[in-house]
Amino acid sequence: MSGPAANCPSCGAPVKFLWSSAVQTTCEFCHSILVRTDVDLKKVGEVADLPADASPIQIGTEGAYQNKSFVVVGRIIYEYEQGGWNEWHLVFNDGSSGWLADAQLEYDLSWISKPPTPLPGPDEIHQGQTFQWNSKSFLVTARTRAHYKGVQGELPFQYWDKSDVLFADLRTCTSDFGTIDYSDSTPLLFLGRAVDFDELHLKNLREFEGWT
Amino acid sequence: MAAVQAKSIACPNCGGPVQLRGFAHTLSAVCPQCLSILDASSPEVQILQTFQGKTQVKPTIPLGTRGKFAGAQYEVIGFQVREVSTGDDSYSWDEYLLFNPFKGFRYLTEYNGHWNFVHVETALPVKTQARGKPAMQYDSKLYLAFDYMTASTVYVLGEFPWRLKRGDSVACQDFVAPPFMLSSEATEGDITWSRAEYMTGEQIWQAFKLPGSPPPIYGIFANQPSSYGSTVASSWSTWVWLNVVLAALVFLFMFISPGRIAFSDHYVYSQGVKPDVAFSNTEAFVTPTFQLDGRKSNVELSIHTDLDNNWVYFNFALINNQTGESFDFGREVSYYHDSDGSDGNRNNSVIIPSVPSGQYYLRVDPEMARGSPFVAYDLQLRRNVPNYGFFGLAFVLLLIPPAFTTFRRGSFEAARWRESDYAPIPKSGDDD
Repeated sequence: MSGPAANCPSCGAPVKFLWSSAVQTTCEFCHSILVRTDVDLKKVGEVADLPADASPIQIGTEGAYQNKSFVVVGRIIYEYEQGGWNEWHLVFNDGSSGWLADAQLEYDLSWISKPPTPLPGPDEIHQGQTFQWNSKSFLVTARTRAHYKGVQGELPFQYWDKSDVLFADLRTCTSDFGTIDYSDSTPLLFLGRAVDFDELHLKNLREFEGWT
Repeated sequence: MAAVQAKSIACPNCGGPVQLRGFAHTLSAVCPQCLSILDASSPEVQILQTFQGKTQVKPTIPLGTRGKFAGAQYEVIGFQVREVSTGDDSYSWDEYLLFNPFKGFRYLTEYNGHWNFVHVETALPVKTQARGKPAMQYDSKLYLAFDYMTASTVYVLGEFPWRLKRGDSVACQDFVAPPFMLSSEATEGDITWSRAEYMTGEQIWQAFKLPGSPPPIYGIFANQPSSYGSTVASSWSTWVWLNVVLAALVFLFMFISPGRIAFSDHYVYSQGVKPDVAFSNTEAFVTPTFQLDGRKSNVELSIHTDLDNNWVYFNFALINNQTGESFDFGREVSYYHDSDGSDGNRNNSVIIPSVPSGQYYLRVDPEMARGSPFVAYDLQLRRNVPNYGFFGLAFVLLLIPPAFTTFRRGSFEAARWRESDYAPIPKSGDDD
């Protein structure tokens, strides 16, 4: 799975890609945000110090969901008034990518999806709204204005100059999960499931003092 | 990569150390020295609320205790006392926050010795109606509405992954499907659903390996499983099987032991007319002798009459021709009818138990009201008839265990629902 290696245009340190389709990555030494061009890596910004977080997941964590194995290659970090959460970027063994949200150790897996019906604009979406998708009733349970805190590792798109971002979370009566991401001009829909920690069969996790 | 370290902060109010157990998840923490609630989310620790109360509460399970639930270790990192006041009345329960750095947060509640292990749910329950109550369908179980209340946090210790204050209140609703309970907590449009599973104090003490014994149980809790639940079903199915056996025995008895006819004859009784066989100056007479065979057993005498709005009384004596031993008994037969219906029966029978074998005759002395017309009747004596009364008694006795457990379950459920806001009879003391 290892992609081509290059050097950081800022500090010269080697930059390795775990996923060949990555569009953006960060240098683990100087925290530069690097975007891939046709010929080389371009520095587009710098990540401020990442907030302390206690997610057990880290870049390089491996897992499997429904017999498809994946590796964690990057993340986006958000903060809102009730705390923060991580959107971990997963690359599956078939080359596809997905997302694992970790909000205070409640886990949701999702994949970018084509909206079955047109998505409402950021001002039209509200809590309590329902959508009939894939013969299931998705209810908007939360409308969250979050603050972009930083990125780490490889992402499938350029994502580094955000400030406040609007999300709408959707749930069904059968543990389905959906989120509408309003960070771009066209809203994006991610659909998936709420998952138990044990369902993910995670390896190479962080260690916590006093816990085994 | 080095292990994530637990951190410690200094209380800006009293300067004392506050050791944190929830790593960076902790947003608010209570100083164990001065009980100030601190915002621990940033390096510059802020005081959210100082403690103004007078009484301190000591949690039954100390902070930092670890216990095993569903195969995973959880540590007690937070403690709240939550109170519901309904005007003149108030009650409170204890709520422990449990933490595992991989599996996340769980809750443990305790009220009057009743415990619940609670997990926040992400799937949405579906609103429905059942047994005249609002209900929720969730995870293929039906939860009946039990109560609704506003719960306020009145005391806190430890740390929490959200910002909290004493006095925070939420609107709660409980739905029960023992041993489970589904609860909603609503704050500013956000609804959080959680599912609780009932646990006994013994289970909690075992999970945490706590010394001593758990607090005693008072009353019946909303989602406490009824100990009679499965007993009732099994006692009724046992009852059904025993009845099948009983019915089979009845048929068997009827088949193998229908009773042998020892004597049978037809008579007419008319007042003042002495029967041909008379040996005295009464209207009484005796029958020819007949043989009663076999071991000591019963004899059934059945009487069939053609009575019509009248009665007849028979004095009988079954007399052993050899020993003179006599079994005396009487039977009344009465039958009345008019356009409104009928009363009594033209026929009657009597069973004489434990009659030894031998040669017998029957002495018959009929009586009727003066001026009555004559009555024709048949007498039949059968030896060794099955005693169906025994089966009737067995039927009644077999009914006792299932009826008893059903009654006990009924009282248990009645006691459970007396505490409900959806009780069949309003709670005493409720003035709304």
